Amino acid sequence: MQATVAHLKKGQRGIITDVSSIYIPLKLLEMGCLPGNFVELVQVAYFSDPMYLNINGTHLAIRKETALHILIDIL
Amino acid sequence: MSKQINVALIGNPNTGKTSVFNALTGLNQKVGNYPGITVEKKEGICRLPRGVKAHIIDLPGTYSLNASSLDENVVIELLLNKNDKDFPDVAVVVSDVENLKRNLLLFTQIKDLEIPCILAINMADRMRYKGITLDIPHLEEQLNTKIALVSTRKNYGIDELKDLITNYKELSTAPCMNASAIDQDYFDSLQRAFPNQSLYKLWLVITQDVNFGKTDRNEIEAVADFKTKSKADLKRLQQKETIKRYQFINDTLKQGQTIDLTTAKDLRIKLDLILTHKVWGYVIFFLILLLIFQAIYDWSSIPMDFIDSTFASLSEWTKNALPEGTFTNLLSEGIIPGLGGIVIFIPQIAFLFLFISVLEESGYMSRVVFLMDRGMRRFGLSGKSVVPLISGTACAIPAIMATRNIENWKERLITILVTPFTTCSARLPVYLIIISLVIPDKRFFGLGYQAMTLMLLYLIGFGAALGSAMILNKILKIKSKTFFVVEMPNYKLPLLKNVVLTVIEKTKAFVFGAGKIILAISIILWFLASYGPGDEFNNAEDIVTTEFTDQKLSIEEFHEHVASQKLEHSFLGITGRAIEPAIRPLGYDWKIGIALVSSFAAREVFVGTLATIYSVGSDDEETIKNRMAGEVNPILGGPLFTFASGISLLLFYAFAMQCMSTLAIVQRETNSWKWPILQLVIMSAFAYIIALIAFQVLK
Repeated sequence: MQATVAHLKKGQRGIITDVSSIYIPLKLLEMGCLPGNFVELVQVAYFSDPMYLNINGTHLAIRKETALHILIDIL
Repeated sequence: MSKQINVALIGNPNTGKTSVFNALTGLNQKVGNYPGITVEKKEGICRLPRGVKAHIIDLPGTYSLNASSLDENVVIELLLNKNDKDFPDVAVVVSDVENLKRNLLLFTQIKDLEIPCILAINMADRMRYKGITLDIPHLEEQLNTKIALVSTRKNYGIDELKDLITNYKELSTAPCMNASAIDQDYFDSLQRAFPNQSLYKLWLVITQDVNFGKTDRNEIEAVADFKTKSKADLKRLQQKETIKRYQFINDTLKQGQTIDLTTAKDLRIKLDLILTHKVWGYVIFFLILLLIFQAIYDWSSIPMDFIDSTFASLSEWTKNALPEGTFTNLLSEGIIPGLGGIVIFIPQIAFLFLFISVLEESGYMSRVVFLMDRGMRRFGLSGKSVVPLISGTACAIPAIMATRNIENWKERLITILVTPFTTCSARLPVYLIIISLVIPDKRFFGLGYQAMTLMLLYLIGFGAALGSAMILNKILKIKSKTFFVVEMPNYKLPLLKNVVLTVIEKTKAFVFGAGKIILAISIILWFLASYGPGDEFNNAEDIVTTEFTDQKLSIEEFHEHVASQKLEHSFLGITGRAIEPAIRPLGYDWKIGIALVSSFAAREVFVGTLATIYSVGSDDEETIKNRMAGEVNPILGGPLFTFASGISLLLFYAFAMQCMSTLAIVQRETNSWKWPILQLVIMSAFAYIIALIAFQVLK
């Protein structure tokens, strides 16, 4: 099964391999959520939702439903 | 004198754009609205060398020119419309040295519009701390621009920026990259169809739904027909465009920027492990709220008592110093108490905005969004609803405007509808005066009962907002696509200048906005209370004399009886007594009734109204509070403001929709009369029922 950002554990890093443009808002891409960039899970709220990420140096929070559509290779 | 230079400040949120604006304009700024919409428009004048002036617009923060909110639309609408009077001669793109890569995305887009562009790299003082070095000449060459390294915190770079603005004509307008390479054939055919337009402008018109300037419209509508691609194709192209831009930026920064991670320190992560923690995060948030309420209550009571007694003596002094007559009475009984009712709010509003602006400036507010999102979703709200709900404690109007960054329409609508339940600053004076009358001034482990009651009222407000949100979430059948992205900016020590300017600006907006209404209503009330129809009003002296023939009244007692006889039979008294049957079950008399009626226009009128009513005919120098404490319940006897009637009144004010300005803003933001009318009817009915239950149970 392909890993997604939603599978990251706190402190773990991954490299983004693909983002599905149907589910991912353009705004998130513009903030650096693009293939090839790294992503790190900084902090999770209850039930891992929302997720506080460091994507390519930008710190942001997204909901789990969005995180499920960002494919990654876990490092 | 030469013409003013039009400057637009553009940048991502959290880059300190407003600090740069404040540094350039100082106090020469004004805040208004863009015509027809409620997006805040900040503009100011900056003096440049050699007597040149620049007109500076601080545009709303945006991550790119692909707009997803009303605020962001404002940015593209201005940049695409050459005929707008504010169309910039030069754009200053403000970026943050720590997020240069992301900030440059917007920069490359603006360059593509062929507008002269200056890159202001802000927070340059943090470069060493973060281990960043920049090769400015290389960056200037690659980006085809001029760069100013700015630090508003350490106060340097602003003069360089001003010089660059003065000499804007020397800036290149050529784009720094070729974004059309993502689909050369498509863009070539587009250019052939519209040879006179900038390619990127055409592209923006095709991909966005925004209003464009009237003059350009015909041409641009023709472009809108040029949709040879499906929506999905366009979106894929936008994605390709973003990747292309980042490739260019990465190549540029590879040589232009080095980051030595060994010397870089990141306080953010360390702080966030605690501040956004599953347990500690909430504990800290709660403690901060507690501190705010305790502080607002304790700190502002001193200036408030001072203001209250000053206006009381001023009114008394006016009465004695000026010759007796209608004008003197209007001044001492209508205008001065009315003004006092405005000025008395200033300390609290200032303190509240002080805290809100510190929380926002420091970056903590984003953490609150993160902490609260999961919990808020259960109520059909978003973590982003927390900011409007908290700003709602200042005023529902900016709070409802702040819902614009909630991308999901259903979540946004629910936030708009429930925000007026939060305790706005206009409720505060009502609460304060009633609490001070009916809640004992005692302490429990250092926490005052009165402060705790106030906090409880705030919690009730939030509770009502959340409860009604949950109901609305069940009832409303609106399908809308949801996504949620919130940036967690680095923590910053708030800049004193920014905080002070925010506090001054918001307080001014209150004093001149709400103040006008309060003053006008106070004057109208004075007239209604000072004149009346029929014999009972006009022959008050005779009636009192006959009524009390047996008793020996002192002159003072005689005047008091005449005054209350007059008030009771004035226009105001007649109105109040007409509605008394409806409000008696809540524990109120006709005087409170008058205050209730007048405060349907604006809640803050309540205290001013009571001040006017109670000062009419009263000769003693007394504060409003003392007069209210002395009021007697006409039916039950004993003081009018008891624990039961006080609580009932507090709850009524907690739930009732008593603000015309809020209704107007809701109408504008939802573009329908249905929602504000529903709000008015449901909230007021609910308030009446709750207040009724409270009084009947407690009395």
